[in-house]
Amino acid sequence: MSVPIRARGPWQLAFERLSRDRWAIAAVAAIGIIVAVAVFAPLIARVVDHPPQAQYRDTGLSPSGIPVGPGRAFILGTDGLGRDILVRVAYGARVSLVVGVLASGLAVAFGAMVGIVAAWFGGAIDTILSRLMDVVLSLPFLVFALALVAIVGPSLVVSIVVIAFFSWASVGRVVRAQALSIREQEYIRAARSLGAGSLRIMFVEILPNVAATLIVYATLLIPSSIAFEATMSFLGLGVVPPTPSWGNMLADSIAFYKVAWWFVAFPGAALVGTTLAFNILGDSVRDAFDPRHDQTIVIANGEEKKS
Amino acid sequence: MPETLLQVEHLVKHFPVSARDLFGGRQRVYAVDDVSLDVRRAETLGLVGETGCGKSTLARCTIRLESLTSGRVLFGGQDISSLTDSALRVYRRRMQMVFQDPYGSLNPRRRVGSIIADPFEIHGLASGTELKRRVQDLMALVGLNPEHYNRFPAQFSGGQRQRIGIARAIALRPDLLVCDEPVSALDVSVRAQILNLLRELQKELRLTMIFISHDLSVVRHVSDRIAVMYLGKMVEIAPSADLFEHARHPYTRALLSAIPIPDPDLDSRREQIILAGDPPSPIEPPPGCRFHPRCPRVDSICASDEPALISRLADTREHLAACHFPVADGEALVRDKGAS
Repeated sequence: MSVPIRARGPWQLAFERLSRDRWAIAAVAAIGIIVAVAVFAPLIARVVDHPPQAQYRDTGLSPSGIPVGPGRAFILGTDGLGRDILVRVAYGARVSLVVGVLASGLAVAFGAMVGIVAAWFGGAIDTILSRLMDVVLSLPFLVFALALVAIVGPSLVVSIVVIAFFSWASVGRVVRAQALSIREQEYIRAARSLGAGSLRIMFVEILPNVAATLIVYATLLIPSSIAFEATMSFLGLGVVPPTPSWGNMLADSIAFYKVAWWFVAFPGAALVGTTLAFNILGDSVRDAFDPRHDQTIVIANGEEKKS
Repeated sequence: MPETLLQVEHLVKHFPVSARDLFGGRQRVYAVDDVSLDVRRAETLGLVGETGCGKSTLARCTIRLESLTSGRVLFGGQDISSLTDSALRVYRRRMQMVFQDPYGSLNPRRRVGSIIADPFEIHGLASGTELKRRVQDLMALVGLNPEHYNRFPAQFSGGQRQRIGIARAIALRPDLLVCDEPVSALDVSVRAQILNLLRELQKELRLTMIFISHDLSVVRHVSDRIAVMYLGKMVEIAPSADLFEHARHPYTRALLSAIPIPDPDLDSRREQIILAGDPPSPIEPPPGCRFHPRCPRVDSICASDEPALISRLADTREHLAACHFPVADGEALVRDKGAS
């Protein structure tokens, strides 16, 4: 009896490997919860009836001005101004996810473009772009972020641009190295012999071959971007208060860490949990795209069933 | 006399070598050194020679995948040897190439249907359902199942992959098809299928082919004329049958004697020529006739004067050889020096 062989592309193979990875599933579930919390933050605020900016000086603070701990009125306690930490952590997730996804997307797109252009054109263009990447990688991030924010003022958009600017070069380097080896492949010569122009070769022939790397980098850059954003907000360079972000909540909590553990713990846990989940997912994605991890032979009518 | 499609005039291609010599001068590889030839419409020209003799470089230069160091290439009467990439686009439709490596020449991340559709998309000739239909027609024409349109190259065997490469190359009905060792990476069992496919396609589409191989028996199967190259030079060119019957150049003789003959009696009776040594380095080619350090007929003139590529003995103008001491029919290869 013959066993039917299903045709599977590299993406499908990677996805199947990923869906068999328990850590990846757990990470995706955690990220799903975080995304849901961010999306439904206004709903949470309405249910507990505490707007994120509202200060409850009577009920949210003890008579001596100390934040109130987790309890019936405030599920995760209150902060130094008597605001609901649950609601603020939920709103903070929005900032973190937006910054994480946009900054990493921007960095990967720009890095891929620069890397492929440098590798394909070579010569002087390659030298200039490669040295540019070296310069960007050697810039002290915090000093430049401080200087830039001092000039243009802190905002969400500025943080995204700054984070992307300091992240793209590492992507560019890796993509350039990969594209250099792809450039010498015979299918590139075949494309040239058909009359394909540089743009077509870069986007149709080279890009699909570095796409796996880009996906991996995008997933791994999200947590580092989130951490960057938290760092900037912590230093007052990112999201402007009173808009909640995990970074500025942590900054506010420093004064209270001896008397109000919940003020440090919940924003901190949200930050660590989110970056951890994205990091685990990134590792799994990298493994899934690595052909050396391929021990998957799916027999259509056998014991291995596709989920 | 049929129309000449491609004229190569004194084509020279040097590659710079990164190492410098004693005096800081840049060394070069003389990959192709002053080669001229004509290719006629609808014929198949076989190009044979050892690995590294410059046959692939010659072919790549003629379709301008490489730039020339000097010389001219006329395609359909037009000089294409100094055109820019954008000016060449018009000619790309008319000259195509089948590559040696059926694994390296197909992008592993793209579906076969879109690979074969490339020529149409690049030249803006078809789109949508029309494009899909034409791609599937091509797949059927080269003996692939058109339903495998959505598969990736990794899901095909070497022979099938070469069929994909051929489909892509003939998609735009080119005038000239350059086949660079199209079967040398394939199993012997599928070689004949691919060779027959190429022959059928040539007849059907009136293709002009340059067929490169290091295997004379393969070249004989498909070629009308055969050119033999040695170390960047053309040493002999003749109609296929002529070359096999009346080879003039000692190097051609040596190549012919290396073709295996299945009959052991015949095999033991024929002259076996085993060339001494390796081909010299193309960085410092020997002076005079480039073959002289390995030639059994060598004389003093061979080391000083380069033989011209002309008709030798009683040959027609179709049969040219570059040798001071061409081998006559029936003559043994090793010359009796006392008699000359």
